[in-house]
Order: sequence, then C-alpha cells, then structure tokens
Amino acid sequence: MNGFNRRRAALCLLVLTLGLLCAVTAAGTLLAGQAMVTDFTRKNLPPCVPFLFGTDWMGRDMLSRTLTGLSLSIRIGLLTAAVSAGIALLVGACSALLGGWVDGALSWFVDLVMGIPHILLVILISLAFGKGFAGVVAGVALSHWTSLARVVRGEVLQVRAMPYVQVAEKLGLSRWAILRRHLLPHLLPQFLTGLVLLFPHAILHEASVTFLGFGLPPEQPAIGVILSESMGYLTTGKWWLAVFPGLSLVGVVVLFALLADQLRRLLDPASVHE
Amino acid sequence: MSLEGKNLSFAYRRQGRVLEKLSLTLEPGERVGLTGASGRGKTTLCRLLAGYERPDRGEVLLDGRPLGRWRGLCPVQMIWQHPETAVDPLLRLRDTLSEAGGVEAGLLEALHIQPGWLDRYPAELSGGELQRFCIARALTPGVRYLLCDEMTAMLDPITQAQIWKLLLEQAEGRRLGLLIVSHDSSLLQRLCTRVQTL
Repeated sequence: MNGFNRRRAALCLLVLTLGLLCAVTAAGTLLAGQAMVTDFTRKNLPPCVPFLFGTDWMGRDMLSRTLTGLSLSIRIGLLTAAVSAGIALLVGACSALLGGWVDGALSWFVDLVMGIPHILLVILISLAFGKGFAGVVAGVALSHWTSLARVVRGEVLQVRAMPYVQVAEKLGLSRWAILRRHLLPHLLPQFLTGLVLLFPHAILHEASVTFLGFGLPPEQPAIGVILSESMGYLTTGKWWLAVFPGLSLVGVVVLFALLADQLRRLLDPASVHE
Repeated sequence: MSLEGKNLSFAYRRQGRVLEKLSLTLEPGERVGLTGASGRGKTTLCRLLAGYERPDRGEVLLDGRPLGRWRGLCPVQMIWQHPETAVDPLLRLRDTLSEAGGVEAGLLEALHIQPGWLDRYPAELSGGELQRFCIARALTPGVRYLLCDEMTAMLDPITQAQIWKLLLEQAEGRRLGLLIVSHDSSLLQRLCTRVQTL
C-alpha cells in the first residue's frame, strides 16, 4: 500500500523541478556580477573546463551570462504569470457569476485580445510602456490571461449548474459558503495548473520580444539579448554562443511544463488511488 | 397549509411543452404517487415543486406563499435520481452531511450508514450507499415535504424495503408530505394514499 506509487513519484518530481528552478534563480542572482566581467585575454574560447559554455567576443563567461539570463527570465515569468492569472481569475469569475451583458462584453473582449497575434500585442504594449523591464512585464502580463480566463469562466459555470450546488442552496447555505465550500476547491486545480503553464509562455515571449529588440535593454544579460547578439557571430563558427543559452531556455521551459503536469496530477481527486 | 402547484406550464425550449396547466396539491402527512411514461415530465414537476426551476406559467405555493420567497432552509427538499451528482465529489461525506446542519446518529444507523463511510469521498462509495446520505441530508429538521424522484431505483429489494419503512415512519412521526415518483406500480400501491398519472 505504501509503496512508490505514481502520486509519490509525482511529488518527488515536483520537488525536484522546483529545486532545480530555485537553484538556477539563485545561481543567476549570485553570478550577476561575474556575467558582466570582460577580459580580452580569454575572448572567443570554445567550451572548455574553466568555461563550460565558452566565452564571447569580449571574454565574458557564457555560463554565468546564461544563468543570469535564465534567472531574469524566471523572475519575469513569475511576475507576469501571477499578474496574468489574477486578471484571468477576475475576468473569468465576473463573467460567469454576473452573467447577462457583463458576460457578453467580457467574452467579446477575451475574443478580441485572443484575435490579435500574441507577439504583436506584446511588442505594442511593451513599446507603449517604454520597453525595458516594465514594458516586457506589462506586455506579457496583459496578453496572456485570455485562455485561463475562459477556463475559469467555463469551470465556474459548470460547477454552479451541478446538482450538489443547487442542493446546497436549497439547504440554506449562503452564497459565500457555497463559493468557499464548492466553487473554490473545484477551481483551484485548474487555476494553479493554468498559472504554472503560463510561465513557459511568458518566458518564451519575453525572450522573443527581447530578441526582436522591443524588450530588455542590450546591457542586461537576458537570454533574448544573448541570442540576438550571438546571431552576428554564428556565421564565424562560434556556435556555443547560441546553442547553450538556447538549450538552457528550452530546458527551463520543459521544467515548468513538467511542474504543471505533476501539480495537476497531485491536485486531481480522480488520481487519488494511482 | 399545503404545497400547491397551480396551473404549472413549463418548457425547456421554446417549443415542446413538457408540462401544460398541471395542478397538484400535497397535504402534510399525505403520500402521493406520481407515475407516467418516460419523458412525461415527472422529474420536471419535482424540480418545479422544489423550486429548482421557475414555471413559465402558474405558481408554486407553500402555505399560500410563493415558494421562491422562502429564505434559508427550503421546507421542500428533493431527493435526486442520481445521487452521485447530488454530492460534491471533493468533500468528505461528513462535510456534505454537515451542510444539512448535522444529522442525528439514530437516523444514520437506521439508514445502515456505517460510521467509516463518513470519512470517505463520494468516489469511494456506491450509488446506493450515496443515496442513503442524500436521504439522511434531506431528512434534516425543518423539512416538511420530500419529493422522491425514483429514489430507490438503484437499490436492491431488501434495502429498498428498509429505506421505505424508515421513510414511512419518519413521514408518519413528523407529518411529512411525500411525493413519490416511480415506474413501479406495486410500490406506489403499497406506499401511497393516492396515485396520479402524468
């Protein structure tokens, strides 16, 4: 009975991914100073023992630059995902609970935002907010809430129509009690999974707008900046400038997706016996 | 002092009326049977009388007052045909029962609810076991009319007999009005003071 079941495996994997992501963030923050150090005696080194990811044309250590970039990405991801999820919860819940013309208007607005290509919207909002950190966070946060808002709206509508909620109303429970006892517990797993799944999106879009030059300023060692700078050196055979930072970005995104998957498995009551 | 449905008309869509000018009165202590072919609106009538739906025309009165005006615990409770949808899958059954303001231990025993079941989730009990919880919940003090929609269709005959015996005792002791929906004419003959066909 108490063997190594799938639930326990999911929990281990969850802790492991969370630990890895924390380690990357901590390492990146600690190495932030080292990422800016230039030394022309060691420029353009391919990957070797002291510099695992090689060095660039100014002799900067690519490993510490990559880690610093990732930690910046993770922090931006956290912030934007939290803001996005907050907006999604508000819009989705209002839409479902108020109904009528409010629902119509909000659903129309969700469709409108969804209809504009993500990257275009992120660039426009980022420009409007003056680019930089604030621009990227605003751009990604204000464009990524739509699908989660739809999920929240659908879930609230569905649970509200369930017989057990109607029975609870007839038993004289207050609206607040029904919200707390019946709606929130059903909403939480969907919401948390949606929230964590927002991270990879946010991180990738942050890197893309920065790569395109509408995001973080060039002096910051962000993944998007590193990748866009490396473009000029790829043709001269300096492959390590793009390959390692690119792969690490993919790695972080996969870790977040894995995290969301394990979280969903742990919160889903149907998997209690797995 | 009765539960009255007056000239009830109801349609789920614009066309195809399920109920047309139907009237039904339920007095305290009375046991009315309701039968009819599938799709004739037996469940719909229960939903209207319990206040889950509003009739398109006509009204549901409790003691002469519209049922929709009652606040707090509704004195008319319905026992659903499918108990697995009528309990929250994320709540332990102890918490589900507590929504009815707690149920006395004697009633749980009479319904053959084992104490261990209270700490389980609905997915860990069978339909018949869940239905007993729904019945216990609906028998909370303050309830005066029970609408039983195919309540025992999923139970074996012995359990059916036990549950109806208990319910009849409760109805007698508390002067509950019962509306019993069933396809089983011999069951209705046994239980009801009168039978109405839809």
